[in-house]
Amino acid sequence: MTAGHDRLTDVRAREMLATVAGVTVSGTGATIVAEVASDHWREAAQFAKDALGCAFFSFLTAIDWKDQGIEVVAWVDNLDAPFAVELRTKLGPGVTACASIAAVYRGANWMERECFDMFGVRFDGHPDLRRILLADDWAGHPLLKSYAVDTPHPPYR
Amino acid sequence: MPAPVWKSIKDLQEWQEHHQRRPETGDKHSAFFEQVTEGIHNFPGGFALTTVADGFFNWARKSSVWPVSFGLACCAIEMMATFASRFDVERLGMVPWASPRHSDLMIVSGTVTIKMAPMLERIYDQMPDPKWVVSMGSCANSGGPFRHGYHVVKGVDRVVPVDVYVPGCPPPPESLLNGLLLLQDQIAHFRRTGRRAEPTPKVD
Repeated sequence: MTAGHDRLTDVRAREMLATVAGVTVSGTGATIVAEVASDHWREAAQFAKDALGCAFFSFLTAIDWKDQGIEVVAWVDNLDAPFAVELRTKLGPGVTACASIAAVYRGANWMERECFDMFGVRFDGHPDLRRILLADDWAGHPLLKSYAVDTPHPPYR
Repeated sequence: MPAPVWKSIKDLQEWQEHHQRRPETGDKHSAFFEQVTEGIHNFPGGFALTTVADGFFNWARKSSVWPVSFGLACCAIEMMATFASRFDVERLGMVPWASPRHSDLMIVSGTVTIKMAPMLERIYDQMPDPKWVVSMGSCANSGGPFRHGYHVVKGVDRVVPVDVYVPGCPPPPESLLNGLLLLQDQIAHFRRTGRRAEPTPKVD
């Protein structure tokens, strides 16, 4: 980590993030919410890591907004300054492709696999996009709203 | 509002449909033994020998049930407490054993996921006959709170035949001990041919 990041405040980080293309900043206080256009996803993550010093990758998950499509959410922390950045991107209706940030944050590797497992988001550029929790022969992605509860799974249910 | 009758409860109808019945052909290794004992039993006066032998063997079986230590979820903590010194299943002649090949009881303690079910079935198949299964806790009985989740088997009786169901979430060691005593009672009525006795539900 380069010197100077520990003097970074959430106000300054918010200003810096607002200059990045495709990013809309919102949120209050120490939680900086960055709405990212899906084609700037990887650049925004790179900016958060390099310029804002958010080196700690906390989690990556997704939200199924039904008709409005899937939204991918990633949370990265700056451990030296009191703020965290929540990166969000809407993939758009019917779109399941998203850029992978596994090359930026190594911790994103398994989280993206889990996100693919549960929501069916295909991360382009991911080194090893397989199911991580469910069996390889599983049909469907169970955390999607369209996945029926009590889907039979022969021979056990 | 009238109380629901057994037949009208949807979950129980479903249970009846998917419940694995124990095959009534006897266990697979005892066919020859079954023929011999059947012969002795039908010989005049032979029943005196076979019933005494039955009683002896059943006493031996029920006095040394070896549960395979197979913990699946949080119920395993209660199972371990039952195995440990305070509740002490060894006074019932049970030795928690870490190999299915030496055991004759499987306590399914916890949630059985669809991914785990084939492994559970394989462990069950590795156990020598005669063998018994105790389903411990709500999850193993019916799927419990995860019944309508996407990845949980709705009761372990869809995978292996179950002899005793112990309710609770999790069942305390006293509950499990009661279940094990019920199982011993069931083993005492284990018949010469390897067929299970009709269940006689004991309500406490």
